[in-house]
Amino acid sequence: MLTAEEVSQIEHEISLVPVRKAAGIEALKIVQQHRGWVSDESLKDTAAFLGVSAEELDSVATFYNLIFRQPVGRHVILLCDSISCWVMGYEKIREHLMQKLGIKYGQTTPDGRFTLLPNVCLGTCDCAPALMVGPDLYQNVTPEELDEILSRYN
Amino acid sequence: MEKPLTQHITPDRKPLSLKEYEQVGGYRAVHKILKELTPEGVTNLVKDSNLRGRGGAGFNTGLKWSFVPMGPEVPRPKYLVANADEMEPGTFKDRILLEGNPHQLIEGMIVASYAIQADISYVFLRWAYKKAAQEITKAINEAYAAGYLGQNILGSGYSLEMHLHTGVGRYMCGEETALLNALEGKRATPRAKPPFPQVSGLFGKPTIVNNVETLCCLPHIVNNGAAWFKGLSRTGDAGTKIYGVSGKVNKPGAWELPMGVTVRELIEEYAGGMKNGYRFKGALPGGASTDFLVEEHLDTPMDYPSIAAVGSRMGTGTMIILDDHTCPVGFVHNLQHFFAQESCGFCTPCREGLPWVEKILLSLDRGEGKPEDIQLLNFHTKALGPGNTFCALAPGAMEPLQSALKYFGEDFERHINEKQCPWK
Amino acid sequence: MATIYIDNVPYEVKPGKNLLEACLTLGINLPYFCWHPAMGSVGACRQCAVKVFKDEDDTKGRLIMSCMEPVRDNIRLSVDEPEAKEFREHVIEWLMTNHPHDCAVCDEGGSCHLQDMTVMTGHNYRRYEYKKRTYQNQYLGPFLNHEMNRCIQCYRCVRFYKDYAGGHDLDVFAAHNHVYFGRHENGVLENEFSGNLAEVCPTGVFTDKTLKQHYTRKWDLTMAPSVCQHCSLGCNISAGERYGSLRQITSRYNGEVNGYFICDRGRFGYEFVNSPARIRKALVRTHLPEAVTKDVALQEIWGELRQARIIGIGSPRASLESNFALKALVGEENFHVGESENDHDLVDLSLKILQDTPARVISMREAESADAVFILGEDLTNTAPMLALFVRQSVRQKPLEQVVQASIPLWQDAAARELVQDQTGPLFIASIAATKLDEVATAICHASPDAIARLGFSVASLISQQSPAVLHLLEEEQAMAHQISQALLAAKKPLIISGCSSGSEAVLKAAANIAAALAEKNGGTGIMLTVPECNSLGLAMLGGHKLESAFEAIQNNYADAVIILENNLYRVADKSVVENFLAKAKQVIVLDHLHQATTDKATIVLPAGTFAEADGTLVNNEGRAQRFYQVYPNPEDIQESWRWLIQIGKALRNPSLTNWENLDDITAALAEADQQFKGLEAVAPPAGFRIAGQKIPRESHRYSGRTAMLANHNVSEPKPPEDPDAPLSFTMEGYRGQPPSSIIPFFWSPGWNSMQSVHKYQEEVGGHLRHGDPGVRLINQPGASFHYYAEVPEDFKPLHHHLFLVPLYHIFGSEELSIISPGIAERAPDPYVAICTEDARAFQLEAGKVLEFAVNKQIFRLPVKINDDITKGTAGLPLGLPGVPYEEIPAWAQIFKQETTWKHQPQIIS
Ligand SMILES: Cc1cc2nc3c(=O)[nH]c(=O)nc-3n(C[C@H](O)[C@H](O)[C@H](O)COP(=O)(O)O)c2cc1C
Ligand code: SF4
Ligand code: FES
Repeated sequence: MLTAEEVSQIEHEISLVPVRKAAGIEALKIVQQHRGWVSDESLKDTAAFLGVSAEELDSVATFYNLIFRQPVGRHVILLCDSISCWVMGYEKIREHLMQKLGIKYGQTTPDGRFTLLPNVCLGTCDCAPALMVGPDLYQNVTPEELDEILSRYN
Repeated sequence: MEKPLTQHITPDRKPLSLKEYEQVGGYRAVHKILKELTPEGVTNLVKDSNLRGRGGAGFNTGLKWSFVPMGPEVPRPKYLVANADEMEPGTFKDRILLEGNPHQLIEGMIVASYAIQADISYVFLRWAYKKAAQEITKAINEAYAAGYLGQNILGSGYSLEMHLHTGVGRYMCGEETALLNALEGKRATPRAKPPFPQVSGLFGKPTIVNNVETLCCLPHIVNNGAAWFKGLSRTGDAGTKIYGVSGKVNKPGAWELPMGVTVRELIEEYAGGMKNGYRFKGALPGGASTDFLVEEHLDTPMDYPSIAAVGSRMGTGTMIILDDHTCPVGFVHNLQHFFAQESCGFCTPCREGLPWVEKILLSLDRGEGKPEDIQLLNFHTKALGPGNTFCALAPGAMEPLQSALKYFGEDFERHINEKQCPWK
Repeated sequence: MATIYIDNVPYEVKPGKNLLEACLTLGINLPYFCWHPAMGSVGACRQCAVKVFKDEDDTKGRLIMSCMEPVRDNIRLSVDEPEAKEFREHVIEWLMTNHPHDCAVCDEGGSCHLQDMTVMTGHNYRRYEYKKRTYQNQYLGPFLNHEMNRCIQCYRCVRFYKDYAGGHDLDVFAAHNHVYFGRHENGVLENEFSGNLAEVCPTGVFTDKTLKQHYTRKWDLTMAPSVCQHCSLGCNISAGERYGSLRQITSRYNGEVNGYFICDRGRFGYEFVNSPARIRKALVRTHLPEAVTKDVALQEIWGELRQARIIGIGSPRASLESNFALKALVGEENFHVGESENDHDLVDLSLKILQDTPARVISMREAESADAVFILGEDLTNTAPMLALFVRQSVRQKPLEQVVQASIPLWQDAAARELVQDQTGPLFIASIAATKLDEVATAICHASPDAIARLGFSVASLISQQSPAVLHLLEEEQAMAHQISQALLAAKKPLIISGCSSGSEAVLKAAANIAAALAEKNGGTGIMLTVPECNSLGLAMLGGHKLESAFEAIQNNYADAVIILENNLYRVADKSVVENFLAKAKQVIVLDHLHQATTDKATIVLPAGTFAEADGTLVNNEGRAQRFYQVYPNPEDIQESWRWLIQIGKALRNPSLTNWENLDDITAALAEADQQFKGLEAVAPPAGFRIAGQKIPRESHRYSGRTAMLANHNVSEPKPPEDPDAPLSFTMEGYRGQPPSSIIPFFWSPGWNSMQSVHKYQEEVGGHLRHGDPGVRLINQPGASFHYYAEVPEDFKPLHHHLFLVPLYHIFGSEELSIISPGIAERAPDPYVAICTEDARAFQLEAGKVLEFAVNKQIFRLPVKINDDITKGTAGLPLGLPGVPYEEIPAWAQIFKQETTWKHQPQIIS
């Protein structure tokens, strides 16, 4: 079941587009914002609300890498693995993160705190390597800083 | 040196409020077009200014607008979209404009919208640009409140809606027709052209998609004229350009400079030269989908025709440097991994070819490559060329590869002969 | 015409097409995947690449996708240019990087478009050395297998299923080279046309699950051109057999009837032919054992019937020839149509309307191009499924005008759909309950048959004053009638669709009036009526007495023996009446395929060939006579009904049948006996027809195992069986070229083993088959004697303690033969009666509870389904569904108030 708040937010997005289903991505974003991810059940509910089949909405949902169709941790770490960060040694950050968190790409720490995902260029190549934790951007990251960065999130 | 685009952007990128923006001359262009210019007049002015699209392809902006059907009988609503999806690896120029001066973008969008008589406009912003999203939302609200957006703008009879749409990933969204599909709530696969978006775009209606930087130039062209804009440049290409450098240089960054500064100037003057102990080996001049430039090209002016003349493309104008401590095969592998993963999966050569290329490069990088692999890579650079695939993603992906094979062929061969990566 | 140069040779081609179509029409082999003749181009696969050159001096040229490039005058292209050829080969190479190369175990092998294109491009050496990606497959229901690893991502499945057929539960998921085509989760594919995926998919991702249970390669099937027997539309099919069982039905292209596709009932309903309930031996009930040889059975019949006064009961699902043979055998005055009273009247009326109407009785394929459609009383998806598919295309006609205006070619499928968005052209549906087409309709109305007729009459009267006005119409009905009439008048090719399934003559008459009124003003007006069975219209043309009079004849001792042709009387008449009739008749001889309630009561049962074991002619709803051919030699004693009847006639020394030997003799006699059937002989070539002295082989020249397959019976190869009735041989010997369109057993062309070879048989891609599409129209047009129907019914009024029963239909379940097929049975709903919430409340019922009611003294007990589209005061009864007893409806049912709770779930009587 979508919550009243989700429904009203989705309704608002629907009001901005000429056909209901065009608000599909917005609706998925709203659901994800509230629940962290889009479960099969939320997907079906959202699809029903938009008047499309689960297939039609999932087709869209699974296309985009930032719609999470599996549960994620409370904080999603997006580590830039694109070219400038690669040149500037992002791989060291990756190894450190994986070791510290004890997880690989796509996994979530057992305490549900972090999910680690690779991401394409974050658009801050002059400050490589870079990563994001949730909405926060970190630039010129060094392995030494990681502890401190992670400690800000619980 | 004039820096129209970035003059009001401070190092901390705290944007001007609407008031502050107006105080430094902001929204003058809106007043001017609504009072003094017809839509056609604006289009012609921009055409004359020789502004070329900053999204990568470099098409004349005014000319692109002129294909939009005009007059009372045409399909409505018409749309304008600011392409703020910036996801080209190595590119970070639009972020500056988005975070640093959102009102400039909005003003530019109003100018463009007026020229094509758009009814609704969108900023299509990539997900990662959180600060930009906040600032743009704020700025759009301010602009509505001040009457620059909404019904009957400044009493002119012209009305324009503006919305912010933030994406949910996928590089493909930057491709203008895929972007339109994403805005329609669909999978971001590209559309066939023709029909061009100018005729059948968003929801099948006439639509213009312009890059953020392109749009930001517009208020200044309106205020100062076409001749002034051309005069900003050092070469035949008009205007200023936001250039950037990343990689092992002393001061990576981005700067607004006259169109046509040379590669060398950028690296040595603005980026502070290569880091100690590192030598320049090559550079992608304008993002991941451009061909390498090497030492011999250092004095090439960074404008569209000059870079094309030496076998590459201006692209986004943000340069990624390959240094002598970095393995070119690994470098290209990283790029191809990106492209293979970001392929939308619609057309065969791209969907199947890029992962193959990526696998070959990985095996080369691991010292497991064979001489035939070079042939296979060469084959792909041709077979995934322009026109062979559905959109420009795969041809773009082949640009750094083909030029790497050309300039760093020896390095590829060493991987095969030495059965290991010489840089590891 | 435009001149185009292909490899420097000039050709005259139609403008407006794309270069791929032009090349294929010219007979040039150019590979493709994502393009489909019915669905246009999207440019995804890049397989159809050719070179185009600016002018004669351009030697470099550029690669383009031929499917995405319009034919332009003087365009120069090359198919053979080395770079283009190489590129096409590489496209296959790319596709093969992840394809499993499992042809040996793949059901598609031998009829695989991917195999064909691979060979065509010459790709045969693998350079890719890495791991292939693999997928998990899904359970998709009883009809289709899913094997995603074979996918080449041409997107044709989703384009067919979603865009073309309007399905919602199949889509593409994920991105890059992980794209996945399937459902959101395991489950039955719901769309009624899902089976076409097996043909639309160019490889073995979606394959026929029923075929898998008795798998045979296409080249090992014995195949015959046939006509679907499961509704009145007469879709053309190819039927394939091996080892004495029918194994597969595929669509058989007919440019005027079904085009490229068929529905799932038609494709998967065939398994009744292989049913254990088949009658395989003649049975004489007085014998022990009952099963006897053909000769004994005939002897017995001769003995019993020699002195008897015989009547015959024909069948709307038996061929013209069988019905005519029975009519000749028993005499015109003793021949009765085996239809319910209601159906008889409705079909007769339909025939009359088709004969008289000044509107054009259009072919099914033409329905696709109608630009305004009004459907009265039909739930097409369930009564005439393929017509629903064409109507679904028709709603795009009007919006597509914008596409033409924007100079976008209509075959630019994605662009056309983008421009049109969700806009639909005028489609109006007035039906008893919701239909699947409602979702694309402009306006809908769910009402009782009388209310539907009233709406129809008022539309007609708004168009022509000659049609009677309707009094006391509600305001909203008036508004809708106005809207409909305006839309129909504004259309270039308006189409009126109705039929017998609402059980109401008034509905048919209203439809006839609208069509006539429109035709006064617009020569482009079309009409289509659906009738209950595959040969209902043929039987109506043949004529005969009502079933009721057959009952009377026995009851009144006017006759004492009856021959029942391919009919289960319990499905067409009241149970008690049938019981009395069968008990009273001294001899009941039934010819049929399957054991059923009527054969159970017969004194003699004769095993009649199904469409797979018989030849014959059917007349579809359009009045088109079409021939179906025996697929394989009759196993055991099964014979065509008409052959049994000829043999009986000969035994009884009946003069009219004594000279008949084969099918041609009967058709000739029929054409001679009855003006209406003039031209029947032109439906198909006579049995003696030969090309270069040869018959047309039912088996491919690669048919394997013929010397071994019967070796367990006899090591020496038997003489191939003869077919006296058709110019088709039962073997692989015969003429290898293209036969006339009506006797194409399967589509095949060198290099084109898959169904895609159809284009080799067409005049132009998507057009008519060479030398004309199969079938002969028996109804002369336009009719000259139409008189407007004057009787407008009163509006429906509910009756206390009563519900007015109205018929409902299910594509899977309502039809007699297909429901015997396990796959279809799995998809059929349980029996029910549908009422609206308000009535349910009034009768203190809820969903699943049992409603007890009586019609004509027959008591029904059926679980309630709540359906708020059902008009208050009426109840929907799913006709033909197993477990739902026959009743002549529409009719009033008396509702029993049941205060008691049931101790046991009530028995469903059948
Ligand atoms: C794969 C791909 C990605 C692209 N990404 C972007 C992008 O992120 N931002 C952008 O402005 N243009 C991008 N483009 C270019 C756009 O398609 C389009 O040309 C541009 O937005 C037009 O704006 P302009 O005329 O102002 O340059 C991309 C093109 C391709 C093929
Ligand atoms: S992609 Fe393609 S078939 Fe498919 S047929 Fe064309 S381009 Fe043509
Ligand atoms: S490459 Fe990492 S931010 Fe650009």
